[in-house]
Amino acid sequence: MNSFGEAWGNLPDFLSWHVLLSVSALALGLLISLPLAIVAARSRWLRGAALGFASVIQTIPSLALLALFYPILLIISQFTQDAFGFGFRALGFLPALLALTLYSMLPVLRNTITALNGIEPSVKMAARGVGMTPRQSLFQVELPLAAPVIMAGIRTAAVWVIGTATLATPVGQTSLGNYIFTGLQTENWVFVLFGVVSAAGLAVVIDRLLALAEDGLALRSDTRIFAALTGLAVVIGVSLYPMFASAGGERTVTIGTKSFDEQYILGNVLADRLGAAGFATTRRDGLGSTVIFRALAANDLDVYVDYSGTIWTTEMHRSDAPGRAAVLTQIGDYMTKTYGVRLVGGLGFENAYAFAMRSDKARALHVNSLADLALYAPRLKIGGDFEIFSRPEWRAVVKAYGLKFAVQRQYQANLMYNALVAGDVDVISAFSSDGRIAQYGLKVLADPKGALPPYDAILLVSPNHANDSALLKALQPLIGAIRLETIQKANLMVDRPEDKQSPQQAARWLETEIAR
Amino acid sequence: MIELRGITKAYADGGVPAVRTLDLTISDGEFLVLIGESGSGKTTTLNMINRLIEPTAGVIRVDSEDVLAIDPVNLRRRMGYVFQGAGLFPHLTVAENIAVTPRLLGWPREQIDARVDELLNLVRLDPAQYRRRLPRELSGGQQQRVALARALAAKPKIMLMDEPFGALDPLIRDDLAEDYRQIHNSLGLTTIFVTHDMTEAMLLGDRIAVMKDGALIQVGTPNELLTHPADDFVKALVDTPKKRTRRLAQVLAAAP
Repeated sequence: MNSFGEAWGNLPDFLSWHVLLSVSALALGLLISLPLAIVAARSRWLRGAALGFASVIQTIPSLALLALFYPILLIISQFTQDAFGFGFRALGFLPALLALTLYSMLPVLRNTITALNGIEPSVKMAARGVGMTPRQSLFQVELPLAAPVIMAGIRTAAVWVIGTATLATPVGQTSLGNYIFTGLQTENWVFVLFGVVSAAGLAVVIDRLLALAEDGLALRSDTRIFAALTGLAVVIGVSLYPMFASAGGERTVTIGTKSFDEQYILGNVLADRLGAAGFATTRRDGLGSTVIFRALAANDLDVYVDYSGTIWTTEMHRSDAPGRAAVLTQIGDYMTKTYGVRLVGGLGFENAYAFAMRSDKARALHVNSLADLALYAPRLKIGGDFEIFSRPEWRAVVKAYGLKFAVQRQYQANLMYNALVAGDVDVISAFSSDGRIAQYGLKVLADPKGALPPYDAILLVSPNHANDSALLKALQPLIGAIRLETIQKANLMVDRPEDKQSPQQAARWLETEIAR
Repeated sequence: MIELRGITKAYADGGVPAVRTLDLTISDGEFLVLIGESGSGKTTTLNMINRLIEPTAGVIRVDSEDVLAIDPVNLRRRMGYVFQGAGLFPHLTVAENIAVTPRLLGWPREQIDARVDELLNLVRLDPAQYRRRLPRELSGGQQQRVALARALAAKPKIMLMDEPFGALDPLIRDDLAEDYRQIHNSLGLTTIFVTHDMTEAMLLGDRIAVMKDGALIQVGTPNELLTHPADDFVKALVDTPKKRTRRLAQVLAAAP
């Protein structure tokens, strides 16, 4: 019931963004598709090109389409910054809006073209015969006759866009998808269900209202059209109200999180702490590992927690391992010089990549380290999260120990542990701060050659806030304040299957631990 | 007066021209019927007069004004146009259909409303009953009456009609044709009427223009065509109604 209450509390924020995003994308899509379809209906060449383009867009998996817009916009933003002295936010609303706009085009294009080309030639002949100009024929005869079919296309587009808008969450745009992504990550099925039902509910309501408008157009019933428009205005108005009600006031600080439980917990801790210090905060949850740093450097985000080893290898392209303290110092210098990003400090614990096996299996094979593992690797299956196999750390480990596995599989982080316990894989790329290592009694393999760097949790602040003393003061008490056992306990509260807590609840517990 | 001088319509694909150097003069108040088999170029000729089809050569003058030099849209608003299958706008009511051209011309609302009622009475449809109907709620004959009213709405002096009653039942068809001939007379219209039915042509037309393969073969009153057909083709055309009349007379004579 707790989860439901939390989900309900988030609804005004998530729903208002979801509606704003969907309605904007649909409006922009119509603004492009309708004129394009009208022109294309008269030109065979353009018709083929437009429908072909829209169909190709449709075949791109929607999540990939959304994700693609971030780097594209980032490059454009950097270009406008260099050329004209202004940039724009490449994360969040804009990439989601553009991707969804493209996504909305096919049904509108197809229906409009089909409807216009399907009008009886005798009617078009009559329009000319009574002395209509081509434009008058289009607006007074052809479009009104095509309207019900066009409206059906708009309905399809609306349902697609509202459904697909849930995928805006990973590109940093709050939507009803936040429920689904957070819920999946933390195995909080109440959240997932809440997200699915609310998005579907919204789609159904909008679809019914548009159906009413479609009937109104077909039956020439002004009452129906008026009722539909009023209904749409009410739904959109009520959904967007919280956004305007909360607008204004102090500048908001944007907190980013990556897509795993520890990050959600720490995101809540950051939000609570900044909120207590009088900052208004917004969240960009579930971001990809490299996207999140780029976003911070571009001021799309203001604060988030990263891990020293990640910055060390993927940003600084270093493969040496000079020790925890030296790595932190060098990262701090590098951040300031290269990006103007401030490293506030380490939180006090490491969340390192750690290769883990079931202890019975490790015992049976006499495997204690990655060096031992190399002997058996060709007969073993390894499971990793979505990132590990493409990260430099993996290449470093493979190179250092000459590892080659029989099978390599990728899992969502939670399922990876299940797969290991169930024996589907023999080794996994675990995380050292994960509470489940202790819970399942997993054997963490030693790294005698030091191929893996340290992974101190570090607090990074965007260039815009790098010298914001109030913000830095609010964050300072977190530095060195969280021990490994404490974060492991907090993580386990969220990860364990029984007596599961939400990230927010775990964050509250962690805050009392920090205060002690 | 409508004058067609050397009118030709050739298509870009280089085939036989649809209409070849055609000369024809229609005087004011005249009811001229264009007749010919399908593909003879009669519809093409008609459609060139209001420039639904652009001639490739020749001159068309209406009251000495060169039609090819003026805006075709304005030209069409000055002429009434009725074709087979009515072509009523399915999303508009009977009244709205009839009001189209006056509305395009910017007539005041009260004047349009009055004109709609006047025209519905003229084509013998009760305004109170039919004004608000949609075309799909009308029979074929009623639809064609509305199409006729629509063509007459902006008070044109010239009416172009392309087999307007061709798709109707014979009874309704004769009814409508007779009604229209009366409207033509009472309003002093100039009508060019395309058909392939010689009986209809002879009953309606002041003069008949016979076309074959894009060329004009003979123009004359029904009587002239009957008595002095220009060639075997015209003779065969006028023989049909003659034979039918004779046979009908025999049938009637045999009746008790």
